[in-house]
Amino acid sequence: MDKMPGWADAVLVPLISLVLAAILSALVILGIGEDPIAAVKLMVSGALGSTYGWGYTLYYATNFMFTGLGFAVAFRAAMFNIGGEGQAMLGGLGVAIVCLVIPWPHWTLALLGAMAAGMLFGALWAAIPAYLQAKHGSHIVITTIMFNLIGAAVLNYMLVNVMRPKGSMDPATRRFDETTNLPTFQDMFSTADAVVFRGAPANVTFFIAILACVLVWLLIWRTRLGYEIRAFGHSETGALYAGISPFKIIMIAMLISGGLSGLMAINNVMGEAERLVLNATEGAGFIGIAVALMGRNHPFGVFVAAILFGFLYQGGAELALWTNIPRELIVVIQALVILFTGALDNMVRMPLERIFLRLRKGAS
Amino acid sequence: MDFLTLIQILDSTVRLATPLLLACLAGLYSERAGIFDIGLEGKMLAAAFFSAAIAALTGNVWLGLLAGIVASMVLSGLHGLASITFRGNQLISGVAINFLASGMTVLIAQDWFRQGGRTPSLSGGARFSPITLPFAEAVEDVPVLGPIYSELISGHSILVYLAAASVPLTWWVLYRTRFGLRLRAVGEAPEAVDTAGVSVVGLRFAAVAICGVLCGIAGAYLSTALQAGFVKEMTAGRGFIALAALIFAKWRPWHAMWACLLFGFLQAVALRYQNIDLGGLVIPVQVMDALPYILTVVILAGFVGKAIPPRAGGEPYIKER
Repeated sequence: MDKMPGWADAVLVPLISLVLAAILSALVILGIGEDPIAAVKLMVSGALGSTYGWGYTLYYATNFMFTGLGFAVAFRAAMFNIGGEGQAMLGGLGVAIVCLVIPWPHWTLALLGAMAAGMLFGALWAAIPAYLQAKHGSHIVITTIMFNLIGAAVLNYMLVNVMRPKGSMDPATRRFDETTNLPTFQDMFSTADAVVFRGAPANVTFFIAILACVLVWLLIWRTRLGYEIRAFGHSETGALYAGISPFKIIMIAMLISGGLSGLMAINNVMGEAERLVLNATEGAGFIGIAVALMGRNHPFGVFVAAILFGFLYQGGAELALWTNIPRELIVVIQALVILFTGALDNMVRMPLERIFLRLRKGAS
Repeated sequence: MDFLTLIQILDSTVRLATPLLLACLAGLYSERAGIFDIGLEGKMLAAAFFSAAIAALTGNVWLGLLAGIVASMVLSGLHGLASITFRGNQLISGVAINFLASGMTVLIAQDWFRQGGRTPSLSGGARFSPITLPFAEAVEDVPVLGPIYSELISGHSILVYLAAASVPLTWWVLYRTRFGLRLRAVGEAPEAVDTAGVSVVGLRFAAVAICGVLCGIAGAYLSTALQAGFVKEMTAGRGFIALAALIFAKWRPWHAMWACLLFGFLQAVALRYQNIDLGGLVIPVQVMDALPYILTVVILAGFVGKAIPPRAGGEPYIKER
């Protein structure tokens, strides 16, 4: 029998962890001599108080949904894919190549092409670590860390030596053609007399991210492959006895994972920057880890956690703009969320389990 | 390339290899005891900041070094708490520590110094100054050996010699002491160590603490010896290169030194030459940057011998009841 009811495991534990992280974050803000309540108010009004704020919040959330889903799928197969950052970078390269080389007649076709390229490049960047893990047992964490750093070097080389327009000092590609530009929320939701989401980068890819959440949910919980992935992640030996091939599961889970991270590029590269720059990912690959951990590696959890982190990101930018609190506060909050919902999970879980056991004894 | 250029490159190799070596040995203690540590980067960064900050405030570099070690050990303690006491995921804990250090250093730096996340420039007693070894100036003019002694071996800060000395020391501790035997055992078969009546938790915490001390020295070296002050993200992936060197060395101290010297050499070359022209074939600087990581992947893939980590690495130990 489980020590805790399901709802406590799925909701209560992460909620308490989150509260702990929030309390510590507030202490950090106090420590640098600022007012945490005023900071939260500013963050809420900056990130959620206007359609402009929402436009940024949802833009960031879109990035984090893709990378969070990517991490979650691999984690379901017990693969700790820390390489989302590199996979998203390479996805950006793929998207940029497709957008620059092919003269697309319309953005819908361009989007389909870019999605394919982003997923392909991201999946390829995950394929080598996955193969080495599956065939040689090379630790996936180390190889994916190395591939993040190699990916940064590849991107640097491509932008500085190959893709930079002649005469430009800036290590970035030229702007993509107008026909590849995706409709933003401003284009989609503004009416003749009311302009909403003015200038905010949220775009049509937000809905693709939601679709991805649904598809991942279907894959993990409603297909045979998803069952095999979960079984493998739960117990490798058990899966082996059930006739599940570890090689196949590791490869497929990692390819999907890399593909999802690579798919992020349709938002940040194609949707927002409309060209490829160095550091286009801005650490979204790593935030995906926090998002997935907080969301308990469940697509719905990832969706909620991604919106929360989108809020934190936009709110943090507002704080940096209006107060003396640097943007790095968000990195600290992110670290605390990872720490409490991931590494110190048992610190919350153990006492809770004891409480529930006692309650149950009392009831019977 | 003439002789003096070579000496200069080797000299900067030694300088750049030192933080790698200290961090690599730090990782060695931790991982040999079965605690994976991908938080080397964060610990170095925290130590780099606190040593530069305290050195700047007090004007005394030794107090700075102490502060750096303490900061690094606090993060080590957190890692130990998460991965030993609460048996959490060591990788997740490492990731969290890296982010914590990356954010907190800038936050505190901005609060204390208001210089955009950096410390004031250090000078005088707030920095480790180079040590001139005896006779270094006297033998300078001796051909070949003179420059090697006076340029390459002499004239580094004390932390460089400390790092060099810690290699044989680590070897001795690991292979010639009872503590070392137990440390290695706890990374391979903690249940055996437990059966023998030795505390697994105690040994692992000891290893994590040593890791913290060495990372602290590595970080202090970065900001008070190699450079004169802390700047945002100044570790620049060195913790990961150290991790790579550790695998490259297959978790052995002497090999770790050679691996760090190799990676330090790559950094030194990349720093000096932007693109290397090998008779028509141009090697771009990015290849040099990525080479340590590529080599590590090749090693991990098992093309050049097999890198087998400590058997119990990454797994929390649960006592049988």
